[in-house]
Amino acid sequence: MMAEFGLAALWLAAALAALQLLAGSLSLKAGEESGQLAALVRPLAIVQGVLTGLSFAALLVLFVNTDLSVKLVAMNSHSAKPFIYKLSGAWGNHEGSMLLWVTVMAGAGGLIALFERRLPEPTMLATLAAQAFVGLGFYAFLLFSSNPFERLPSPAPKGLGLNPLLQDIGLAFHPPTLYLGYVGLSIAFSFAVGALLTRQVTPDFARAMRPWVLGAWIFLTIGITAGSYWAYYELGWGGWWFWDPVENASLMPWLAATALLHSVSVLAARDALRTWTIMLGVAAFSMSMVGTFLVRSGILTSVHAFAVDPERGSFILVLLAIYIGGALTLFALRAGTIAEGERFAVLSREGALVFNNVMLTAILAIVLVGTLYPLVTEAMGVKVSVGPPYFNPVGAIFALPMLAVMAIGPLLRWRRESFAAIRLPVLVLGLVTVAVLAIVMASSSGIGLLPLAGLALGVSVAVASVLPLRGRKLRRMPLSVWGMVLAHMGIGVAICGMASESAFSVERLVAAKAGDTVEVGPWQVRLVAVEPVAGPNWTALEGRMQARYDDGEPIELAPQARAFWTPPQQTSEAALLTRWNGQLYAVIGEQVHGDASADAPRWQLRLWWKPFVTLIWYGGLLIALGGALALVGRVLTELRRHAALRRIAERRQEQGR
Amino acid sequence: MRLLAPLLLALAVPGAALAQNAMPPAPYAYRQLEDPAAEAQAQELMETLRCLKCQSQSIADSDAPMAGDMRHQVRSRIAAGETPDAIRAWLVERYGDYVSYKPRLDTATWPLFALPLLLVAGTALALWRRFGRRG
Amino acid sequence: MTRVKWTVWLPLAVFAGFVALVALQLFRPAGREVESAMIGKPVPAFTLPPASADRPGLSPADLRDGKPKLLNVWASWCIPCAAEAPQLAALQRQGADIVSVAVRDTPDDVARFLARYGNPYSRIGADDLSQVQLGIGSSGVPETFVIDGQGIIRYQHIGDIREPDVAMLLGKLREAAR
Repeated sequence: MMAEFGLAALWLAAALAALQLLAGSLSLKAGEESGQLAALVRPLAIVQGVLTGLSFAALLVLFVNTDLSVKLVAMNSHSAKPFIYKLSGAWGNHEGSMLLWVTVMAGAGGLIALFERRLPEPTMLATLAAQAFVGLGFYAFLLFSSNPFERLPSPAPKGLGLNPLLQDIGLAFHPPTLYLGYVGLSIAFSFAVGALLTRQVTPDFARAMRPWVLGAWIFLTIGITAGSYWAYYELGWGGWWFWDPVENASLMPWLAATALLHSVSVLAARDALRTWTIMLGVAAFSMSMVGTFLVRSGILTSVHAFAVDPERGSFILVLLAIYIGGALTLFALRAGTIAEGERFAVLSREGALVFNNVMLTAILAIVLVGTLYPLVTEAMGVKVSVGPPYFNPVGAIFALPMLAVMAIGPLLRWRRESFAAIRLPVLVLGLVTVAVLAIVMASSSGIGLLPLAGLALGVSVAVASVLPLRGRKLRRMPLSVWGMVLAHMGIGVAICGMASESAFSVERLVAAKAGDTVEVGPWQVRLVAVEPVAGPNWTALEGRMQARYDDGEPIELAPQARAFWTPPQQTSEAALLTRWNGQLYAVIGEQVHGDASADAPRWQLRLWWKPFVTLIWYGGLLIALGGALALVGRVLTELRRHAALRRIAERRQEQGR
Repeated sequence: MRLLAPLLLALAVPGAALAQNAMPPAPYAYRQLEDPAAEAQAQELMETLRCLKCQSQSIADSDAPMAGDMRHQVRSRIAAGETPDAIRAWLVERYGDYVSYKPRLDTATWPLFALPLLLVAGTALALWRRFGRRG
Repeated sequence: MTRVKWTVWLPLAVFAGFVALVALQLFRPAGREVESAMIGKPVPAFTLPPASADRPGLSPADLRDGKPKLLNVWASWCIPCAAEAPQLAALQRQGADIVSVAVRDTPDDVARFLARYGNPYSRIGADDLSQVQLGIGSSGVPETFVIDGQGIIRYQHIGDIREPDVAMLLGKLREAAR
């Protein structure tokens, strides 16, 4: 019953989306923004959001109850799984995550229908119609090609189980946050299309779009940070980013969204960068759609890829061609009619933001081409691999100048700034950069150029981020400025973490027996014993260790090598010891079979000391926090403005004006 | 339906993974070289060589036996005095450019190197056109 | 109204290129196999100890004796290797000389496999460190190489040998003899 209910809700939502599109486009065409048809559009969007929510809830219920008569549950779940993983199994597969996609799309559409009243009605109608148009394609994809509620002819006796690598709390929540971000950008897309259609690229439009972009961007930042941290501790090798195609698929929308965020602020504050803002609005969600295509079509080899299916891939490709192709054509046709915005000098905040946009776009282009390049060469019959040795240096060509400009950008005034005004901050930051370079080069040898530059610029950016606070009354500063400070600081912190991990990590691989002590960096780690342990759906060998930092107090550490039985698979559970200045990362591997005469069994240990590695993810969270502050600040400002306007209107009425 | 083709499952056909572990890993698969400088060189090289049986991992990040054997080759050759470039070339001679994550400049990969130059030129042009003509 | 810049069409052009590229690749299923780049080059010199009690090991001279051979890379833990055993037997019956390399296998497992599926090999080398496998550019099991009389690799067949491949491999052997 639940499955049929979920499916029915989905069909109904799709029908409403079709109606929404029809009503929106017809009333726009007829020019009757206040007609009967137009009045339907907002309620349709809201109900659509509710229905998809119900459909997704139905799927969750099916998974929680492990209803094995539903094909999706049978293939991805098992009755012996812990509750939280039963729940997260709902979105840990292709169909379920697609359903999450349309739920977020419809939900976001419903929210703007409910709350957004700052824009002229024709633009809202066009936006909601565009949202419905895009939604329809994905509804069709779900209903005709990836039905999550499909029943099995007879219920399966047992489920196939959820991949053990996914049975982890961090990863359980990685898809929802990522999707809220990814798909939340669809609003920006729809807004951009709506504004293009009704020729309303104005500061008001930017002010309306900004909180939605911020919201999506915050979730995307959290999602990427969480994904990186998960890969770091779950895969057992301490790697946190590999420029894997699916990782890139999440980074590309983030790059576009970051540029969009800044562009929208400029449009809102100064009525400049109109064309950029529209272009980025279209690009961000386009990158989301391209990303989802790459991941689900099987066209690229990746550890993350979903079950591959070229047929589904072609379906999505057709959707992409219609939506992105359509939006880009509309952009090309109408971009000429977007009047040029206000002018500004090179040395100005707008100028710095243009530079920022251009650099981010360049990095986006590099990531896109690098990710797709193996496809290009395969078409020519040659297989190549493009990985960190390409992305890191080439990305840095654009990232390093961008960081340098980012350090002083927030200090520049709008429209025109004189060099004299920023001479002091530039000097200070220059000194900081040189000082860090000198200290690092003097105290350690053999550090690569890139980590060195990263350290210097990371510190510089972190210091620079608080400079805008200079000379301002801290209590009366708008929240959005605090947001900017924190977010920029987060970038500096994250880059310091990345550079530090790259430059200073120490690794030890040893075959140790119980009682052996291994030195790694400033730590002395002693393997006490290796014992079997058992969990709800796994058994493991646990290596009990004691670690002492510089002969300090011993701390317990217990990495495990786990064996799950449904599906049969082994994972490595690393043990992490976090200090303020880094992390000790311990992994226990297999038993080493050496000489037959060996007295005691030896075990493969992998130990890393990674100084300041946690800064990477703290930085990421700081960025998201900055965004959240900015969002709250803007929303509060809007609410206050709204309340003030209302009071003025009421007072006018009282006075009979 | 699997969301993540896991690191270890990519090893081999189902069931074979367990049987494959009957043989011990190669000596230098999990043992570091004594000389820290040589080990650092080897590590840097291993991080840029692709594991052929995995779904997109370097041999430094993989538990697959073949990755272990490749690590053994890298480390023993570095210990014997070969340069990282020579070892990379040895592997590329056998498997083509696919095995190396560091693309080299040839007829198949020149666009990858041309792109950043193109972008630098393009961004410079875009910025000049935006700012150069006005104050 | 400002003049329309041609650059506004750039994103659409880039996207069109992307769609074209991807559409092309979607319908040509990209092989997940990595081909050896050693075709046309000599087999590197390795001497492998015997993996089985009743077959000799493999040395460089064995591959340069003037007679073209099939070099089969296999392992007892490899399921498709069992599937191709009948085809290998057919090849041997029709006069092919099949030498082999057993990758990462204990002698007991090798013996058990051969007892169960037959032994079409004239030589079996034990490749415990995948040295020969890496040396000839093989990236998995099973794979079969056609080596000519001078020890040059002429052809690589990736995956198990199916019925139609038997005739094809015999043809390649005859080609290698010229």
